[in-house]
Amino acid sequence: MKPFFDRLDAFAVGLAEFVIKWRYATIAVSVILSVLMATNAANLTIGSNYRIFFSKENPELTAFETFQATYTKNDNFLFVIKPANDEAFAADTLAAVEELTAEAWKIPFSIRVDSITNFQSTRAIEDDLIVEDLVKNGGELDAATRAEKQQIALDEPIIRDQLLTRAADVTAINVVLQYPEQSMTEVPSAVAAARELRAQILEKYPDITINLTGVSMLNNAFAESGQGDMTSLVPLMYLVVLVVAVIALRSVFWVIGTLVVITTSVMVAMGAGGLMGVALTPISFSAPTVIMTLAVADSIHILISWRSALRSGMEKIPGLIEAIRVNFLAITITSLTTIVGFLALNFSDSPPFWHLGNISAVGIFAAWFFSLTLLPALVSFFPAKVKVAQDGDRRAMLRLADWVIAKRRVLLVTMIGASAALIAFIPTIQFNDQWVKYFDERIEFRTDSDQAAEHFGLYPIEFSVPSGEPGGVSNPEFLQRLEAFTSWLRDQPGVAHVYSLADIMKRLNKNMHADDPDWFRIPDDRELSAQYLLLYELSLPFGLDLNDRINIDKSATRVTVTMNNLTTSQTKEFLADANAYIAANFPEDQRAKPTSAQVMFTYITDRNVQNMILGTTIAIIAISMIMVVALQSVSLGALSLVPNALPILTTFGIWAVMVGEVGFSVATVASISLGIIVDDTVHFLTKYQRARRERGYTPEDAIRYAFDTVGIALIVNTVILVLGFLVLTFSSFKLNVDMGMMTLIAIILALVLDFLLLPALLLIGRADEQPQTTNPEPQAA
Amino acid sequence: MPLPLRPVLRCFALSTLFVAMLGQTTLADDAASRGIEVATRSDSSDNGFGDTETELKMVLTNAAGESTTRELRITTLERANEDIGDRSLVIFDRPRDIKGTALLSHSKILEPDDQWLFLPALKRTKRISSANKSGPFVGSEFAFEDITGQELNKYEYKWLREEPCGEFTCDVLERIPRYENSGYTRQEAWYDQTHYQVRKIDYYDRKSALLKTQTFNDYRLYDGKFWRAHEFAVVNHQTGKGTKLLFGDYKFGVGLHDKDFVKSVLARQR
Repeated sequence: MKPFFDRLDAFAVGLAEFVIKWRYATIAVSVILSVLMATNAANLTIGSNYRIFFSKENPELTAFETFQATYTKNDNFLFVIKPANDEAFAADTLAAVEELTAEAWKIPFSIRVDSITNFQSTRAIEDDLIVEDLVKNGGELDAATRAEKQQIALDEPIIRDQLLTRAADVTAINVVLQYPEQSMTEVPSAVAAARELRAQILEKYPDITINLTGVSMLNNAFAESGQGDMTSLVPLMYLVVLVVAVIALRSVFWVIGTLVVITTSVMVAMGAGGLMGVALTPISFSAPTVIMTLAVADSIHILISWRSALRSGMEKIPGLIEAIRVNFLAITITSLTTIVGFLALNFSDSPPFWHLGNISAVGIFAAWFFSLTLLPALVSFFPAKVKVAQDGDRRAMLRLADWVIAKRRVLLVTMIGASAALIAFIPTIQFNDQWVKYFDERIEFRTDSDQAAEHFGLYPIEFSVPSGEPGGVSNPEFLQRLEAFTSWLRDQPGVAHVYSLADIMKRLNKNMHADDPDWFRIPDDRELSAQYLLLYELSLPFGLDLNDRINIDKSATRVTVTMNNLTTSQTKEFLADANAYIAANFPEDQRAKPTSAQVMFTYITDRNVQNMILGTTIAIIAISMIMVVALQSVSLGALSLVPNALPILTTFGIWAVMVGEVGFSVATVASISLGIIVDDTVHFLTKYQRARRERGYTPEDAIRYAFDTVGIALIVNTVILVLGFLVLTFSSFKLNVDMGMMTLIAIILALVLDFLLLPALLLIGRADEQPQTTNPEPQAA
Repeated sequence: MPLPLRPVLRCFALSTLFVAMLGQTTLADDAASRGIEVATRSDSSDNGFGDTETELKMVLTNAAGESTTRELRITTLERANEDIGDRSLVIFDRPRDIKGTALLSHSKILEPDDQWLFLPALKRTKRISSANKSGPFVGSEFAFEDITGQELNKYEYKWLREEPCGEFTCDVLERIPRYENSGYTRQEAWYDQTHYQVRKIDYYDRKSALLKTQTFNDYRLYDGKFWRAHEFAVVNHQTGKGTKLLFGDYKFGVGLHDKDFVKSVLARQR
């Protein structure tokens, strides 16, 4: 075994000597390299479409894309207008709605605008079918006419609960957009126009409030949240690094060196992101914070070792070389395992996690490289003075070691028992991916959507109901089935509104019979229905046609269900009920499958958990193999699985008890935190192994040696990591908050278990120690 | 009823007035008069066709690549006066459930067209009373007016440029709809300089974004003087949907009169 470690040591020493000898060149090459890489960051784009959360293979996405290619895209703005006097049909409000409706056609990429004013109301006068805007010049209509129009609107199933509340106190305008999806400025430019329009209307009509929501605002919120995080979290992270480094290093120069290393690492990583053509999302926007957290640890390990070496009387340069030598293996292995953990994110179903994983992996590699090259080259210029050694901390670590060894049986039972008890709660975790709730109240989209949701449903679920034959949407049997389905849907809990062709057909039938209410039913003749539809289509104005409701060969029609604020599990129940209803009531060739963004987000956690189980398993195997090689021991490698896996499982248990609900980022927490928390085990076990092999210590003494040499470093490291992931929890994006918080808990638990459980595991089967304890010699960590 | 001024004349009169007022001819006037000149030349090339009858097939495609076909017949009666629109009768043959449905249209210049639809299943004729009928025609990407032909006075014209178009050289005109409720803010139309026929039209929507492009292909000459395109193709750039109209041979001089284009004849169509 010895030659392995000796060769590594020799390599590390050679490397350190080389970079210090050629320090000008090292600094120049490092800086040029990172600046060159950073220029590629210009290729980074900002994702402004919720679809980037789904891989191209995602079955819910492909189903929805097909649906949208058949009808029209579902991107929209929803303007929710609430007049102060609670009268949507007040003259002033109607004027505002009319003006907003007309102007909304000019929002870039808008293809359709629906409101209570431009609703195409139909009525019959003798043999004329009159199709016209429900409200024209609403500001000048008398009260009686407005009351009459309000009644028409309230009786109309297409309007009620969708564009007008039942109390007629709040109204909405829906703008459908079709983006060419060729430039990342499309969504922001449409949003800017929509906001401008809102401001314009509010200025003219100060007695109304307007909330602006919809899929386009959601898409825009992803960009705004990510950019907001970037400008608030990264400076906060710099501050944290600065404070931690100042406390841990107590040297201005060393702090500068550390900041240079983390900055160049982030530059290289973001440049690599540009090379990969990444579209940034709030998730990948968190990469700089993650990289800084992990990069700072490498530098601090080396600099703390250098200080120990200097304290023990070594000269400046030999001390620096020694610091590199003793840290080389540990830093390499910890970087490698962390990289493996992040690369495993590529198994996720969501491209933003691939981006986070790959950018972070590059950043961690860069941090490893710069810590071993740029850092020593840089700090070798600075004066290195240290105060007299203080051994108080180390004595505390030794006392902890003694206590752990003495209480190992109790600790073994309590640690495993407590973990197992918490793990038992994992099945109670509820997955919840309500996209509005991904954002916190700092994001306008969230507050506007919350207010809009008090009046209208915001979550559409689409059904493209096939009739089984071209022109079949006019078949009376089909229309009756559609009508029954529509009524069934309206009775379901959580359903706010249903838009169905059945309602239009019934209305037309009535119109065709001189508005006789007895004829408000599905026409009983296929030709009749088809010809009504033809007549109706010929009467509709530009943009308000039925092409987004009926497919081109009229073999299928679209039923849109708008849901109230439902949790993911409630949505799942609804979808299961709907599928069961369809299976029971429609013949095999007429069965619709629900689709929409809401459906996609409903299954996003399941998909990601499924994929990440494989990804995490592969990461565990890879990391265990790295441990076996690094420790040069199969049994220790196998044993390390316990302190590596247990903290993660226990974290999920704690989350289940404390929070209970989680978004789909949960799927990725295991592999990210695994890569990070194994570092503790690596440090502890390499020292234990060195003591056993090189010094011939008993297991107990080897444990004391490990506590003594790396105990403080592990605590410092954990504090840095915890602070870094704490910064992530200040994100305005819930997935980041969840991920940061869970990783943070896992990191704390890992330290606790490494200190309290790992020694007990190493001592299983050993008799109690005799009192003649031998203290190992103090050794630089 | 005062005699309407012929457009060229009116335009000439207007430009003369402008020249008199300003003492100089501006570029804008030039573009406007050249525009109306090109449009009128094209419109005149079709003068005197009398009446026509043709069958056509309409092929609709959507962004998912699915397609479907409708079949119809159109008869058209020319109205010599440019301020009164032509009359047309559309009879649907396919799909089966709208077979025999007949649409009579008296096109107008600045007001909504008068339209009646005969519904064989209801055995009644219904007048379509809608101020705005610029929506898609039977689910296609065409508006009704895109199919039955272009009335000269529905637009204001501006000559933009000259450029090659296929084997021809074209004048490119900007056309601004003069009628209310148009779904378009403007159009750009390519008129060839050899046969004076429209080769292509770009339609711009209310936000001035390119909405759709219509091309006119397979022009054939009838009676040595009347050109008819036998394929209209339109692509909606925003939704990815498209429609093709494939025309059969035109019959000229079928012998139709005003009385064949009144509401009461609708029920008699097969």
